[in-house]
Amino acid sequence: MTPRILGTETEFGVAVKDAAAQDPVSNAILLVNSVDTVPSRNTLWDYENENPLVDARGFEVEGERERPTPDYNRLLNKLLGNGGRLYVDGAHPEYSTPECASVRDVVRYEKAGERILEACRVGAERTARGHRFVIYKNNTDGKGNSYGYHENYLVSRSVPFMRLVAQLIPFFVTRQIYAGAGKVGAENRADPAQYQISQRADFFEVLVDLNTMVKRPIMNTRDEPHADKTKYRRLHVIVGDANMSEVATYLKLGVTALVISMIENGYPVKELKLADAVQAIKDVSRDLSLKQPIAMEDGRQWTAVQIQEYYLETAHRYCAERGADPEMRDILARWERVLHLLARDPSQLSREVDWVIKRDLLQSYIDRKGCDWTDSRIAMMDLQYHDLRPEKGLFSALEKGGYVDRLLEPEAVDEAMVAPPSDTRAYFRGRCLQKFPEQIYAASWASILFDVGQAVVKRIPLNEPARGTKELVGGLLDESDTVESLVSRLSA
Amino acid sequence: MSQDKKRDLKKVGRRDDAAATPNPDVLEKGKKIKENIDKLLDEIDEVLEENAEEFVKNYVQKGGE
Repeated sequence: MTPRILGTETEFGVAVKDAAAQDPVSNAILLVNSVDTVPSRNTLWDYENENPLVDARGFEVEGERERPTPDYNRLLNKLLGNGGRLYVDGAHPEYSTPECASVRDVVRYEKAGERILEACRVGAERTARGHRFVIYKNNTDGKGNSYGYHENYLVSRSVPFMRLVAQLIPFFVTRQIYAGAGKVGAENRADPAQYQISQRADFFEVLVDLNTMVKRPIMNTRDEPHADKTKYRRLHVIVGDANMSEVATYLKLGVTALVISMIENGYPVKELKLADAVQAIKDVSRDLSLKQPIAMEDGRQWTAVQIQEYYLETAHRYCAERGADPEMRDILARWERVLHLLARDPSQLSREVDWVIKRDLLQSYIDRKGCDWTDSRIAMMDLQYHDLRPEKGLFSALEKGGYVDRLLEPEAVDEAMVAPPSDTRAYFRGRCLQKFPEQIYAASWASILFDVGQAVVKRIPLNEPARGTKELVGGLLDESDTVESLVSRLSA
Repeated sequence: MSQDKKRDLKKVGRRDDAAATPNPDVLEKGKKIKENIDKLLDEIDEVLEENAEEFVKNYVQKGGE
């Protein structure tokens, strides 16, 4: 059975205040290079395995491959001691969690990423006096531009990709009812909306495609496993919102991992065909009552809650028949509770589900001030909810005031800023970077290149995400005082 | 709602809701929450970006996936 391994990438929005606007690439480079601690300022990102042009439907498109010069590479990429990656992607800073073997771990590494970016922001303001930066963990600037939050799930290659597509589309169209981060207004020429459930829904224009930047697809076909590609697929999910709520993040990722696991293990997940998924994702986003039925291709009408309940019922049977670890049982119970409350009264989720938390906050403000949803202060709050500054972010204020539920202990997030998970190959990467910082010539998800001296670089592939763990290599790392001895032990 | 959808929603775990007459403890807690919300909203006014209209207008983030 494929080990459960997953991770997320968050693209952050950056606003610059009070200074002549610089170009966003420079800002992103400054932010990334203001990172507090990295094991080495010289380690390169190994682009050898980067190929986002391969399509899971069995072809490759033409295009340029990203291959920066070494100096530019070092500016763009920071390999972190926690096994993750901080980098400039296009015109924004981006943080990728290390590979994690539990959903809870992804939540804490993702939260650690927010703290890392906030530290970058503080550092950048110190360096570039006069510039003030604001960083948002959200998905739109409200001007028709969107940036993503991507989820990555390790899946067996033996599952036909189009089966994943067919069985996941209705799931992804409706998942926003608990995973949506809320949004004021409409985007991308979609129908008007005072307030809607999802940040991203308006930006999806097609069902299935390779593209991630324009005409976005609900199912992305990027086939870049960063692992043994005879065994594995990395399902690259671009349809989700970035969440501030830890509980919402946990639910979003955990339920998705569970559903993927069912499909992967051949458990019958009936294909629910929506009449028009691309329209439905926007309709669901606009239906705050969660009562509007969605048309199926065969004429039946199901609400978003009912569609999710179908997956839940299937998951109950799956777990009863095949077993489930404690984390999956926890996720199943939370999912059930949340769907029950969403069906009855969504406002009962005002401590957990971002779109409800945000809506209640904005509605309270509107009621108090006597303004309306089109007021610019409301648009500002829509953004500032996602502001990473602990003293200015509105979600942060809610959290400090005890208005939202927590999942994680603060110490767990502290640890995730500096230490890798112990149960995936991120452990090996993180520990090598920390132990031999100046001798890791380059690294990527699936490789480490050691500088063994005498102008020789030794490339070690890491094609198994579940290997390179503390259990498997911890002792070896402890015993090796030099990279030469480490490499020779690995090669033995 | 479609007639042929005969799914027993009761299967999806239900807890019975006590039909509530307002519990005085809950009312007191509700009042406290309301006071706290007002305090929170005041706080938000203080931290909200001044000149919201300008700020929102100027925020552009292109080049995202």
